[in-house]
Amino acid sequence: MTAQADDELWSAIGDPSRRQVLDLLVNNGAVTASWLAGRVPFSRQAVSKHLAVLERAGLISRRKQGREVLCQVQAERLDQATRAMAEVAAQWDRRLAMIKRLAEAAQAETRRGAHHDQ
Amino acid sequence: MPGLRIDREVLIEAPVEVVWRTITEPDQMSLWFADRVDLVVKPGAHGYLGFGDQGGPVVVETVDPPVRFSFRWNHPSGEEPVAGNSMLVEFTLTPQGTGRTRLRVTESGHELRDWPEAEKQRYADEHQEGWGEFLDRLAGVLAGRRPGGQDDGAGG
Repeated sequence: MTAQADDELWSAIGDPSRRQVLDLLVNNGAVTASWLAGRVPFSRQAVSKHLAVLERAGLISRRKQGREVLCQVQAERLDQATRAMAEVAAQWDRRLAMIKRLAEAAQAETRRGAHHDQ
Repeated sequence: MPGLRIDREVLIEAPVEVVWRTITEPDQMSLWFADRVDLVVKPGAHGYLGFGDQGGPVVVETVDPPVRFSFRWNHPSGEEPVAGNSMLVEFTLTPQGTGRTRLRVTESGHELRDWPEAEKQRYADEHQEGWGEFLDRLAGVLAGRRPGGQDDGAGG
């Protein structure tokens, strides 16, 4: 099981500030932490913390280019998150469909019973 | 298990009482949910749901017939499930006219861990967009770019 890894992934995406950072990275490609800090309503320090969490969750990678460190989204990992999310949602849809079928069958049964009693 | 938030619903052609029994009676639960259901539907009750050779403990949270039923699962073994270490599954039943029920299920996790109430409210207000939409949108943007588009030829 990869429960621990998933946990990290979801808590990384769950935070709205980190989603904002992720959004900027997705839309702008490889950028520096300072560039990000200029575009979010929180401190440079907070940006660094969020980047560290995103990196631990595998959602971004960092590489050196000259004197700068560029951050970039890891598309595969994000894709994995999308698929996992869709799978959990689909699971609940299947369960709800089954509940619907069972409840409607039980209700039809009750109606038939009531008819016979009259 | 992911700490995400799922929100689904279905309209059922049966009254709330019937839907309530379907979602809370263990013999019914074993038909739509788990292969093995050891559960007493009472607040605070500890139970077990088995899925094939897997499974795990659940703890019932809210039992408010016939409108609300919730339980927690996917908490670390040996720990009591609370907000922050587990997933909360909540069923809400709403009567729709005569003999119909809107059944809504949400599954939410630790993304709201340790957040003060005001912060949660702000989050809910500002982030109407669900996770699904957020991820879909990101995935859409990513699909539109070629990998390595921002690389200067150095990346692998």
